[in-house]
Amino acid sequence: MAKGLSLVAGDGSRAAYSPASGAAPDAPLPGARWPLPAPPGPTLSELFAASPRDAGWAGFLLAQAERSKPLLWVQERMAILESGRIYPPGLGSMELIHVEARDARAALWAMEEGLRCFGLSGVIGELWGDPQVLDFTATRRLAVASERSRVPCWLVRLGGTANLSGARMRWRIASGPSLANPFDPRASGASAWDADLFRARGHSPGRWAIGHEAGSFHLVAAPGGGALGEVERLRA
Amino acid sequence: MERWARSSDFAPEDPVVLTVEGTHGPIIHAVTRPAAERGARAGARLTDARALDPSLVAVPADPEGDAALVERLARWAGRWSPLVQVDGEGSLRLDITGVPHLFGGEAELAADVQTRFAVAGLSTRIAIAPTAAAAWALAHYGKAAAVICGKDTGAKLADLPVAALRLPLDATQVLQRLGLKTIGTLAGIERRSLARRFREADNPVDALDRALGRKPEPLTAVSTSRPPRAVLKLKEPATHPEAPAQALQRLIPDLVQQLQRRHLGVRRLTLTGFRVDGSTSVASVATSIPSREPKHLQRLIADKAAALDPGFGFDAFALQADWVEDLASAQESLVDDPSGTREVARLIDRLSVKLGPDKVRRPQPFESHLPERASGWRPALDKVDPVEGPTAQRPQRLLDRPEAIAVVYATPEGMPRRFVWRRAMHDITRVEGPERIAPEWWRQPSTARLRDYYRVEDQAGRRYWIYREGVIGDGRGGLPEWYMHGLFG
Repeated sequence: MAKGLSLVAGDGSRAAYSPASGAAPDAPLPGARWPLPAPPGPTLSELFAASPRDAGWAGFLLAQAERSKPLLWVQERMAILESGRIYPPGLGSMELIHVEARDARAALWAMEEGLRCFGLSGVIGELWGDPQVLDFTATRRLAVASERSRVPCWLVRLGGTANLSGARMRWRIASGPSLANPFDPRASGASAWDADLFRARGHSPGRWAIGHEAGSFHLVAAPGGGALGEVERLRA
Repeated sequence: MERWARSSDFAPEDPVVLTVEGTHGPIIHAVTRPAAERGARAGARLTDARALDPSLVAVPADPEGDAALVERLARWAGRWSPLVQVDGEGSLRLDITGVPHLFGGEAELAADVQTRFAVAGLSTRIAIAPTAAAAWALAHYGKAAAVICGKDTGAKLADLPVAALRLPLDATQVLQRLGLKTIGTLAGIERRSLARRFREADNPVDALDRALGRKPEPLTAVSTSRPPRAVLKLKEPATHPEAPAQALQRLIPDLVQQLQRRHLGVRRLTLTGFRVDGSTSVASVATSIPSREPKHLQRLIADKAAALDPGFGFDAFALQADWVEDLASAQESLVDDPSGTREVARLIDRLSVKLGPDKVRRPQPFESHLPERASGWRPALDKVDPVEGPTAQRPQRLLDRPEAIAVVYATPEGMPRRFVWRRAMHDITRVEGPERIAPEWWRQPSTARLRDYYRVEDQAGRRYWIYREGVIGDGRGGLPEWYMHGLFG
């Protein structure tokens, strides 16, 4: 695994839990460590927010982001209007360069420009809807640029549909009920997500209910399932 | 007058005067040659001149336009010297120390200035003298249109009227009443007797000393370190859009050489295109760390240079480093720099040039409890001051403007139960709060209300940061309103 790669390594070959099809026979119990399916090297990953008003994906990305080098975060103007501007005090300590792009074309240009610079730990670009300039060629260019400079790139789609794309990994991330808060039962605890990997190169797709606590991902009970209390008992 | 003549449709033989409004009616500002022949003089009242010849045509003058033209010409005159100053009405002062040899000598320089202004339709009077005061006197009151003097300044000045010393009007009048009409007679008087009769500020002795270089001219703007600058003159005016780019290819190595010699790096770079009609077109770029790498500078300014408007054609280009910082000569490392800091700085430069410096920014924390104030942004080209940000749990995203939401809650001071944001219902399953943030009374109006922030989670697990502005009975408005402010990841 290359140095500077910001995704947690793991084979992830066993699709651990699938709420759609019910639990697989050899599924690990909720609460087990979950290895994040990772591409073999830094590349372009596409990430669909379940809804523009759901910022859960930001937590999912930040949980795996490397913080040793500056991060370039490109936001299209519409994305800022619809789902807010990134707020550095909430992002933890990291060096950050924020670009406010007028439209998708400018955002894609800034992302590609950033991907040519090996001094970055990653490039995150948020695009609104399905812009015309974001076609297969554009995503393919990003993927190639990312692999060449070994800078991981996340293309975040807010309110977009999953059309043709050159991205190596494609996720659909929705927030899930958060984990229990050890200090206040009425308050929300650590973040949890319903992560759907619907296309991946060198990986079998899958859907997991995961949470992030103490620096690593864990499996949790299915979102909306009634097993939350049982998980808490198991972990206690 | 010439600016007016270029754009007017009067025949050249019409006796036209330009007038400005004075205290007692219009005053003549400038006259045409036919009008001057009929007795009109600048500074006289229009009624007096009309008494001499009623056929005078009066046109209002435009002093602001004249001043703007002179200022534009001053920038254009940067082609001859980097130090140009607008010196009074309609005069330019150029410090040409070390310049003339570039043009083949002082006489050639003066001729060049004269022809270029003549092409632009403006007549000039030029004087090159060792002191600024002498040059001004010779240009304004000298007999020839172009005067060049070296050691013989005193002799050349002797014939000029005392008005050439730029003394205040009353001092000049006193001198004239005393019979001291020319500078030569003034220079012959014993200094002590003169000094006794005039106040310090308008002392003709001082003025004389300034003109002859015995006293430094306080107005002379001498900058000790001149900005690195490369100039390219073209034989023919170029209108081709490729011209600035080609000029850059010659200018940048020249400039980089100067920077290398002086151990400087560019922070701001300006390319000026001098048009044939006496105007300029400017492209400017900035960098986040000092740089003198030709390829990087070329790449930064190339796009902007291509967008320069050539008008009737450029006949000269100047590339100037307006803002430089010390940059020790660094060896380009054999292997790529491992940290990539320089690469990131170059990336910031490129992004800032294309998208605008205010769109490429770094967070700048600020010591404040108000969330929108605590996290400022600063153009990435600038340096960021390290400030401790707040340590409380904050959302990953913040709306630029908090959006009003409708909230249902059990009791007015209780926890919120449900809210409507952007026409969608969110049932609150978990809530934490309030975190009370008081207004900053030292800078906000007294009607600003406190905010109670809640971290809420809805039925789908989406987590938000909402706040209630004010409490019931705080005397600062009616029922408290609720707002959506941030989204948690």
